[in-house]
Parts: sequence; structure tokens; C-alpha cells
Amino acid sequence: MVNQNQILVELNKVSVIKQKKWLIKDISLKVIRGEIITIIGPNGSGKTTTAKVALGIVKPDHGDVKILENLNISYVPQKIMIDWTLPLKVKHFMRLTKKIDNNKILNALKLTETENLYNNEVRTLSGGEFQKVMLARAISKKPDLLILDEPLEGVDYHGETLLYNLIKKIRDEINCGIILISHNLHMVMAATDYVICLNNHVCCSGTPNTVTQNKEYLSLFGPRSLDSKSFYTHKHNHVHNDDGSFRDIV
Amino acid sequence: MINDFFIRALIAGIGISIITAPLGCFVIWRRLSYFGDTLSHSALLGIGIGIFLGLNFTISVFILCAILSLLLVFLQTRTRLPSDALLGLLSHSILAVGLVSLAAMTWVRFDLLSLLFGDILAVSKLDLLFIWVGGIFILLLLYIIRRPLFADTVNSDIAKAEGMNTEVANLIYVLLLALVISIALKIVGVLLITGLLILPAAAARNISNSPSSMIVFSICVSVMSVLIGLFTSLELDTPSGPSIIVAALVLFIISLFPFNKFLLKK
Repeated sequence: MVNQNQILVELNKVSVIKQKKWLIKDISLKVIRGEIITIIGPNGSGKTTTAKVALGIVKPDHGDVKILENLNISYVPQKIMIDWTLPLKVKHFMRLTKKIDNNKILNALKLTETENLYNNEVRTLSGGEFQKVMLARAISKKPDLLILDEPLEGVDYHGETLLYNLIKKIRDEINCGIILISHNLHMVMAATDYVICLNNHVCCSGTPNTVTQNKEYLSLFGPRSLDSKSFYTHKHNHVHNDDGSFRDIV
Repeated sequence: MINDFFIRALIAGIGISIITAPLGCFVIWRRLSYFGDTLSHSALLGIGIGIFLGLNFTISVFILCAILSLLLVFLQTRTRLPSDALLGLLSHSILAVGLVSLAAMTWVRFDLLSLLFGDILAVSKLDLLFIWVGGIFILLLLYIIRRPLFADTVNSDIAKAEGMNTEVANLIYVLLLALVISIALKIVGVLLITGLLILPAAAARNISNSPSSMIVFSICVSVMSVLIGLFTSLELDTPSGPSIIVAALVLFIISLFPFNKFLLKK
């Protein structure tokens, strides 16, 4: 009974405060089955914290989070380190949180072009290779909700296009909701249904087209971000006080 | 035959080594050597309390270690002191408190060295029961929590996000650690229990290429260390704990030899 407009996760005016600093403030968002939401924003803007709230790992200090019961979630975190003491191969890593049979694992690895790494030790993979393996693990679980924290980090140009098309394909095939975190703007926009531009609070949000026209977005990322080959730049239209509140630059 | 002290020590030692090895793998994977040290050092105070209240040592040590392990888990999530400093501070303080408490009870006679370094003469039939029944219980529980515990070890965020109850697994694990310390105490001694946890696991790391093979190899190394150590202890009249740890160290050094490459290639 897959309901097309099913809300998987809903954040309602969520704030997280750590050591008297607002990491995120009054963030509301909804993930609907079959939709891709992209969260963009500069470093330290609370993208990962927002993802962790949606995953249920971080409890918000204000506001509330509704996560659908028995939701099958897959998470690709930003960067993970595997300790030398742990003799972990890709095939073990693929079964980390769920028993999955070999064929499904190989299929998922094939989708990210990493099936040749099946027997390799995780520690020996390059950053980009590991990123692809993490995505393969996440999709092999056939999740209802897929949360990807900068999944293209360290992936080469060919890989970027591959993974980006793959994320779209996964959404179409298994009809899951996706939260994609990125600061790589030109890779984001096309397949996204909804964009949230974050800078500790929601700067602006909407469909990719409305967001790129938004004044706040332009001041945060600069007009050159409209050009798909632009360099990544961003300017702040405000500065943050120590307690995380912000004031306009005069 | 079971009345022979050495046979009892062997049965106890083999039981202990089978239990400590898998727990030890998780100790080094989760970077808990200092944590284990702190727990085992508190055992001396546990013995003191046991003597004072007239309780069985194993029980009083377990109760104290269990309380301390839960407290440590709580403190590690609540304080800003790095856990390394926190554990270093507690580990030696509690050892000192234990020594002082034992010394203050002038009316009891006991052999301090055997408490610190283990004594093969000290194993009673009741200890054998504790070790084997407790051991089966420990391994069974560890088997039950292996998936969330292992996922939490690799990456806590992924494990939590994907619905694994990592907190419960972690709590059960530290309690198992407290339990194994309380039952390994007599053979290995307070000061060297962490060595028996870590050394076989470290040796196994050098010759294994998967988490499960590392656990199997660490059991082999652990059992061998205990056997070699106990026989040496009997022959040379050395304390059992250090003899076992020296044997484990020798096996660790052997595991560093490059012939392991051939083993792995197979």
C-alpha cells in the first residue's frame, strides 16, 4: 500500500542549540515519497544537523519531528573513517545493518561501477571509491527514505554524472523520498523537486526555478551560480552573533 | 581429577580465554583499552568491599564494576572532559582507593600479589562454575547483540539512523566487560586483565582478513597464551597472570612475522 503522497518525515520549526549556539533555527521541511529535496548552504550552515534531525539521531531542542513508523531508512554520512584494527571488507560493509544476499549486493555495486571492489578492504579504498560503495550499500537496502550527505564528495567527474543519474533512477525505480545535501550547485538543480537554501535558518525554499530567482539565494550564492559552470562562491548578507542570531551587514 | 589445583586452573583458564577473546576484539575496535583498564583496576576496591561485607569476591567485584561501567558510559556522554583524561584520572584513583581500603583492613590476611597478578592456586570449584556458566551467558548475549554492536563500532550514525538500538547494545557490552573482569580476576589478576583482552585480539588482527576470522584467531591465540602461561607458571613458580601475558606477547610478536602474508593469500 504505497501511498503516492505519503509524508515520510516532517520537521516542524525545529531548532538545535549546542553550547549556547544555534546550529539550526526554526527549520520546517517535509519529505514526500518519490520526491528529491536538496539542501544547500555554505559550510557550517547546519545541513548535516538538519539531516541528523530528520534521521532521528539528533533530538531537537525546539520544534517537533515526525518520522513515519517502521520507515526503512538508508543513510550515507559525509565522511567516515575505518580504524586499522578493524579488518573490514566491502562485502562485510555492505551487510552492516541488514542481511542482504550476494546477488543484490553485487547488483548494487554494479550500479555504482564498484563491483570489482567486492573483496577489497574498506580502508584501502580511495575517497571517491568509498563514497560510491556507501551509496551502493544505501540503495541495496531498497529504502523508503534515502539521506545523502554530500555523496559526490571526492568523486571524479565521470562518477559525478553517473551517481547523479543513479540517484534520479533510484527515486523513479523504488519510489523513495530523498534528501540530498550538497554545496555543489550545478550538480543539484535539475532533478530536484524542492530546494532548501540553508544558513542556520531557511534562507529560501521552493522549486529550483523559484529559488534561483530568489534575492536571498542570489546574495548567498552570488549571481554567478546561475551559470552552470560557475565557480562555487557565496557571500553573506548577514553576520552571525555569538549566540547564533544574525544581523544584516550594513 | 578436578581436585587437582592445576587441572582446575587449566579448566578455568581455557574458559576465561574463550570468553575474553571476542570481547577483546570489540575492546580494540571500539578503542576501549583504557575503559577496560579502569574497570579492572576498580576490582581491587570490589574485593575490599567484598571482604568488608563478607560477600563472595566475584559478586562484589561484578557489582562494583557494573556500577562503574554504567557511570562511565553516562559520564562520557555528559562531560566535556576528553574520555582519555577522564579514564586516566579514574583508573589510577580507583586503584589507589582499592589498595588503601585493603591496607586499612588490618584484621584480614590476604596475599596482595596474588590479587594483583593472579594465582593459579586460588581457583575453587565455585569459580569454575562462575567461569563456565557465566562464560556461556556472556558469549550468548554477545552473539545476540553482535549486529547493532558491530554496526555501532563501524559507524554510530549509520547504525542509529538505520534503526539499530546501539545504546542498549553498548550498555549490555560494557556490563559483559564488567562480568568478564570479575570472573577472570583470580587467574590473571587485577592489573593484567586488559592485557588478556587486548593482546590476543591484536595478534589476531595481524593474521585475519575479516571481523569473524579475527574473533576465531583471537580465541586460538588466547587459549594458547593461557595454556603456555599456566604451564610456565607451574614449572618456574611464577605468578600466573604475568606468565600468561608474556606468552600472549610472544604470540603477538610471532604474528608480526611476514609469513602471515602467505596465510592471507590462501
